[in-house]
Amino acid sequence: MFAFSVRRVAQAVLVMFVISFIGFAIKYAVGDPVRDLVGISVSVEEREKVREQLGLNDPFVVQWARFLQKAMQGDLGMSYFFKRPATDVILKKAPATLELVICSSFIVILVSIPVGIFAAVRPNSWLSRFLMGASIVGVSIPVFLTAIVLIYIFAVELHWLPSYGRGETQMLWGVWDSGLATADGLQHLILPSIALSSIMLPLFIRLIRAEMKEVLETEYIKYARAKGIAPWRVLIVHAFKNTLLPVITVGGVQLGTMIAFTVLTETVFQWQGMGFVFLEAVERGDTSLLVAYLVFVGAVFVVVNTVVDIVYGLVNPMVRIASRS
Amino acid sequence: MKTLLEVDNLTVRFSLRAGEITAVDQVDFKLQEGERFGLVGESGAGKSVTGFALINLISKPGYIAGGSVRFQGNELTALTDEQIRRVRGNDICMIFQDPMMTLNPVLTIGTQMVETLQAHRSISTKEAKRAAVETLRKVQIPSPERRLRQYPHELSGGMRQRVVIAVALITSPSLIIADEPTTALDVTIQAEIMALLLSLCKDENMGLILITHDLAVVSQVTQRIAVMYAGRIVEVGATDDIVKHPRHPYTIGLLSALPQNKPRGQRLDQIRGVMPTLLDIPPGCPFNERCDRAQEICRRQRPGLEWKQHGGRVACHFVE
Ligand SMILES: Nc1ncnc2c1ncn2[C@@H]1O[C@H](COP(=O)(O)OP(=O)(O)O)[C@@H](O)[C@H]1O
Ligand SMILES: [Mg+2]
Repeated sequence: MFAFSVRRVAQAVLVMFVISFIGFAIKYAVGDPVRDLVGISVSVEEREKVREQLGLNDPFVVQWARFLQKAMQGDLGMSYFFKRPATDVILKKAPATLELVICSSFIVILVSIPVGIFAAVRPNSWLSRFLMGASIVGVSIPVFLTAIVLIYIFAVELHWLPSYGRGETQMLWGVWDSGLATADGLQHLILPSIALSSIMLPLFIRLIRAEMKEVLETEYIKYARAKGIAPWRVLIVHAFKNTLLPVITVGGVQLGTMIAFTVLTETVFQWQGMGFVFLEAVERGDTSLLVAYLVFVGAVFVVVNTVVDIVYGLVNPMVRIASRS
Repeated sequence: MKTLLEVDNLTVRFSLRAGEITAVDQVDFKLQEGERFGLVGESGAGKSVTGFALINLISKPGYIAGGSVRFQGNELTALTDEQIRRVRGNDICMIFQDPMMTLNPVLTIGTQMVETLQAHRSISTKEAKRAAVETLRKVQIPSPERRLRQYPHELSGGMRQRVVIAVALITSPSLIIADEPTTALDVTIQAEIMALLLSLCKDENMGLILITHDLAVVSQVTQRIAVMYAGRIVEVGATDDIVKHPRHPYTIGLLSALPQNKPRGQRLDQIRGVMPTLLDIPPGCPFNERCDRAQEICRRQRPGLEWKQHGGRVACHFVE
């Protein structure tokens, strides 16, 4: 298990290396750090002097090495618009996005597992048929539409929940600007989380149902019943545990998709997270900020996938053995 | 001797899209306490379905269409779900064909043994583990403490089937139903596992229903056998008697297909044709199309499983 984890972490480092390369390539191709520094109203000669000073006339590889070295220390350049280090801007907005993703993931887990299991065990009940039908409709509705409908019903018509923003937030441990700590913040989280989870829910319900149905047909399930194991235990410990492997695998990949979809969700709900800032950065041509977003999201994605793989190894005895030998 | 199990007119049907089939057709037999009984027949004869029907474990589209299963005086087909659950794995344990498929791949051997005991007794996990180690010792598994922490795929096929036998033994049942327990194993260890099962049944005075297509195995282990064909029992009696003097043409055919009943070099006699699928069993005797002795009456009238002069029961018009 240890060797397996080490190998997995090494892979993760390699992927981060590649991401940093892509990030740098973007910066190299479209960014103009001189403008970032001195503004537009400076003469051509002066600009050329600054370029030379900054080493911008050095070969690509040299510049990339310099970029990597700085990136390692968390320095991804200055945001042209915010006049602050891009990393700072992104990190300050990260908690908003991460909380949104975490809450949505919880909704997906809490809803898809029981619904998926139920639909597998009672495939012919009207409730299962309804849920499966609804999930087909669910996949085909775009997030922004779901979001707008949610806002219309629960904010505009019923006045139950706020329609935009993060509400009242509280600084935790001096770094984490959290909306989870206040009642107002939690209320603001509800609609965006539901909207974001709506893209994943149908997929996971269908995946869990399909896997469960397959597992329930196996010999070991029949054997567990023949041993007189209680029905709930057969379902959860014997059957569901066997569906966990494919579900975790897909879950790890889909988390990346979910982060991508935060850009849309945050825009509709005016949610001050990374996705929101990213869109602004694109509009303003704020290259450093854009690259910082890319590297940060890439890092989150890589970390999550590595953790998922290691958890997968813990659940799956085969992987555990393979790594032992 | 006391009667352990009494099966009467047990009938299992499946509602399939192609039609209704009767996989087990009015099967009846009796088992004394500690008796070893063989259920023999070709693949598809309905042996496994019979075994599952005994513990009421037939799932859709199948259902028990009639008959009764009395075990230690209780009617099993009439029990509630919870009552029959307490019988399964406790009084009647099953051993399946392929231990790689029957043991849950993501649960340790220990978990799968402990949960079985805890499903039927109020016992602490620590005590259950101790019982598991003891039972693993009984089935001659080396270093049992270590096995508890292992997963099924870490064990060899033979070891796995020993574990399955241990799972069956841990609740000290009075009947074990073993469905082709050695078919999936290496030839070299088949005899070993069979011998282990036999000695355990003798030691603990457990009844055994051995389901197999292998007449050679069944003749070494059981005291009585029933021969099944197309869902019906065609002959029941003492094992020795049937093996030496088979009466039903189907049993005769099965036995002459065995190598040990022929001098070396001589061709083995195969029964001609194949067993009909359950959707098109011929009227009259289900075996008539493959039988050399078949007459007009065999195509018209189904022979009942009747007591014959030799003291066994045979379903054939021509056995006196
Ligand atoms: N789940 C099922 N669905 C439909 N038919 C079944 C099912 N299980 C068994 N049968 C039918 O019952 C017959 C007997 O099966 P089985 O008892 O497994 O035979 P065997 O004697 O080889 O153990 C099969 O040939 C098949 O037609
Ligand atoms: Mg079978």
